[in-house]
Amino acid sequence: MLGLAALLASAALMPVAAATPKDVLIEVGEHGPNSLDPMTPAANELSQLVAWQIYDRLITHPMKTLPDGKVIYDATKFAPELAESWDVQDDGKTLIFHLRKDATFHDGSPVTAEDVKWSFDRAIAAGGFPAIQMAAGTYTDPTVFSVVDEHTFKISLKEPNKLAIPDLAVPVPDVLNKKLALEHATKDDPWALNWTRDHDAGGGPFKVASWKSGDQIVFDRFDAWKSGPLPALKRVVYREIASPGTRRALLEKGDVDVSVGLPPKDYAELAAGGKVNVIGTLMQNEQFEVDLNVTLKPFSDKRVRQAIAYALPYEAIMSQSLYGRAEPLWGHDPAKPFEPKWPVASPYKTDLDKAKALLKEAGYADGFKTQLFIDMSQTTVQEPMALLIQESLKKLNIDVSIEKIPGSDWFAKMGSKSMPMDINYFYGWLDYPEYFFFWTYDGKNNSVFNTANYVNPDLDKLTAEARFETDPAKYEALITKMNGIVMDDVPRVPVAHLFSDIALQKNVKGYMYWFHTHLDYRFVTKE
Amino acid sequence: MKTAVTVAKRIASAVPSLVGVVVVTFLLARALPGDPAAYYAGSSATPESIASIRAHLGLDRPLVWQFVDYVWKLAHGDLGISVSSGKPVLEDLAVRLPASIELTGMALLFALLIGLPLGVLAATKPGRLVDHLCRLVVTVGAAFPTFFVALMLVFVCYYKLGIAPEPLGRLSEIYYTMPPPVTGLLSIDTLLAGDIDAFRGAIAQLVLPSISLGLFALAPIARMTRAAMLTALSSDFCRTARAMGLSSGRIVFGYALRNALLPIVNILGMVFSFLLGANVLVEQVFAWPGVGAYAVNAVIASDYAAVQGFVLMMAILYVLLNLAVDLVATAIDPRVAYDG
Repeated sequence: MLGLAALLASAALMPVAAATPKDVLIEVGEHGPNSLDPMTPAANELSQLVAWQIYDRLITHPMKTLPDGKVIYDATKFAPELAESWDVQDDGKTLIFHLRKDATFHDGSPVTAEDVKWSFDRAIAAGGFPAIQMAAGTYTDPTVFSVVDEHTFKISLKEPNKLAIPDLAVPVPDVLNKKLALEHATKDDPWALNWTRDHDAGGGPFKVASWKSGDQIVFDRFDAWKSGPLPALKRVVYREIASPGTRRALLEKGDVDVSVGLPPKDYAELAAGGKVNVIGTLMQNEQFEVDLNVTLKPFSDKRVRQAIAYALPYEAIMSQSLYGRAEPLWGHDPAKPFEPKWPVASPYKTDLDKAKALLKEAGYADGFKTQLFIDMSQTTVQEPMALLIQESLKKLNIDVSIEKIPGSDWFAKMGSKSMPMDINYFYGWLDYPEYFFFWTYDGKNNSVFNTANYVNPDLDKLTAEARFETDPAKYEALITKMNGIVMDDVPRVPVAHLFSDIALQKNVKGYMYWFHTHLDYRFVTKE
Repeated sequence: MKTAVTVAKRIASAVPSLVGVVVVTFLLARALPGDPAAYYAGSSATPESIASIRAHLGLDRPLVWQFVDYVWKLAHGDLGISVSSGKPVLEDLAVRLPASIELTGMALLFALLIGLPLGVLAATKPGRLVDHLCRLVVTVGAAFPTFFVALMLVFVCYYKLGIAPEPLGRLSEIYYTMPPPVTGLLSIDTLLAGDIDAFRGAIAQLVLPSISLGLFALAPIARMTRAAMLTALSSDFCRTARAMGLSSGRIVFGYALRNALLPIVNILGMVFSFLLGANVLVEQVFAWPGVGAYAVNAVIASDYAAVQGFVLMMAILYVLLNLAVDLVATAIDPRVAYDG
């Protein structure tokens, strides 16, 4: 017992932790980056958080304040970052960027158009996700990028594309220090990907002070940053803490400033508690849904899909699995046309009589057996939801078994398109309905996200048209039509439009929602 | 000289099992569900991007060649690169193992300080109050899941009472500076660096996780001590000692305990190696950067190199630990050496 007493005594001698310093921010999350550069193969999502802070892009978005006071980025407008100004010529086929002359990288060397060209070439050459993201802006061929002079960079496209400019503001076309990176390039690794994996080659507002993979990453402010107003924070510590209970306790106790990635239940309780600020912003271009595989029986029958859409227990899912941290995507008035935006509410709502009638019509009055797949890494939300669905469908004699797939197998499983039913969500970095459709409903692209294996040539044609339509009225008519098709066919049953939630101390100000959902340290201040 | 020969013999006898471990972990890692290439292609994966990642990871080649490649690199001390951390596995393990050893060592110390006296007392007064107390403590310690105890301790000691530091890993780098790594054990490195404040900080961080983990180890230690002490106390030499009128303290600690130590040391070795790998839940609650959480993440992500590296390291540790236990046992009871 003496030992225990001694141990406890030493613990009590701990200096009482005061509030964290004013110019230091401590953020805790479940996972951390596995690379400092999203270009490296197998780089995870958190590498984009790092890239956002340590690299500059040519342009960025300004912020705007929503009617409810929440601050988000303005997807329709662009602001200078490394480029002071830019000209759009030839109906959008030629883009000329004028770089700031005083911008430097973290090592003090000046940023030139040569660095921009090399970085963009590299994003295409990296393959995988970066190349696909570049392709969204029709950047598939590095010859479209050229250097006019030291501070002028030119993009010459074959055809105009409205995503060409927005795609330059995402954390993929990051501008790297070419000279520094090339010093560490090898014959097998001409783009120095192995070096940038754990070294900072940027010129962004923050630089990497230290990084312990799986533990924490520390950012220090880059005091010579020229591409925007100097951030108020001098240092940011991002800690990885696997247990959400610990992340919540640390925040409530005041030892950390920001906690991300908590279960919706915790956010709902923290918001009700009022000790900390919980900011939930509706995610951009996002839909949380139940996918029904249209190539597998009985979901190949539209009536069965509609029956499921009428049988989901929407209200119960919203209150018992999402804890209200979302907006409903059901119950749209069927008499009215769909708004030309995404996501939109479906015309379905829980109505078991209608569901029964549809099933009878389809010849499944006695029900059937099927499987509902969920992602094991999302069980906090998806398991209660799956159980509610199982219970509700039992009333229609539909026997649902729930299959949990480990996170490592989830993408492979999605790609195999072998799941009859699954719970899923998707969100797009670029805020255009047809961009969402391209990833999730398009039969020609048929990406891994088209889990329902939905192929509809008519819809594909409309999606392609919308991408290049410049007349706003025609564009809106196209989107309304596309919404009508996917709501009638329901390969994916919309359930909710999720919040991107974050919990912060009351004295932490300046949070702003970005499409990548990560915290932007530039604008954060502490009072 | 004789000890050196024994040590060499023991190490040599471990070689076949290590070879087996290398083969089995290689095959087991590949039998894991999930496709690492698809996992790392992640969002917006296309068949091409998955194929390019598979080629990059060398997973498109026949299994035999992958194995040859693995063994060749292993012979050069290269355990490969962990895909989930982006660092060489050897580096990851070298950073994380001391954290786990320090935590496990502390937990074991805690369990020993409570379990040993409790077991001895229970054995000297079987069926009495202290014996029942021993049984109760042991049952409670073993019955509560480790993560529950850990969360309870965080809630009470940190959140409610505020006597424990924030459960944020090994040392709060906001208030203290990390000592230069010498042993990797912060409680020693901080002392070597002469930084008493940091030492205190590191120990304070260790308290709650050690207790959570130690409660789990309490049961086998206390029970084993009690059983071994009961046997020793009822043996002929103790009866003789008692008949000769020796003090009961002398009998219990001088004769009985020394003889009972042998099975206790054996169980300690087992408990230590078990805790080292099994403390993942404690690590997650306290953000402890140890090997347990690392291994679990590696399995979830089908991170072959990391899984193989972890299992190999554990196998080597087991061999070394067994060796250490045997040597200690020889020191306690010279008869053990003749058996070998």
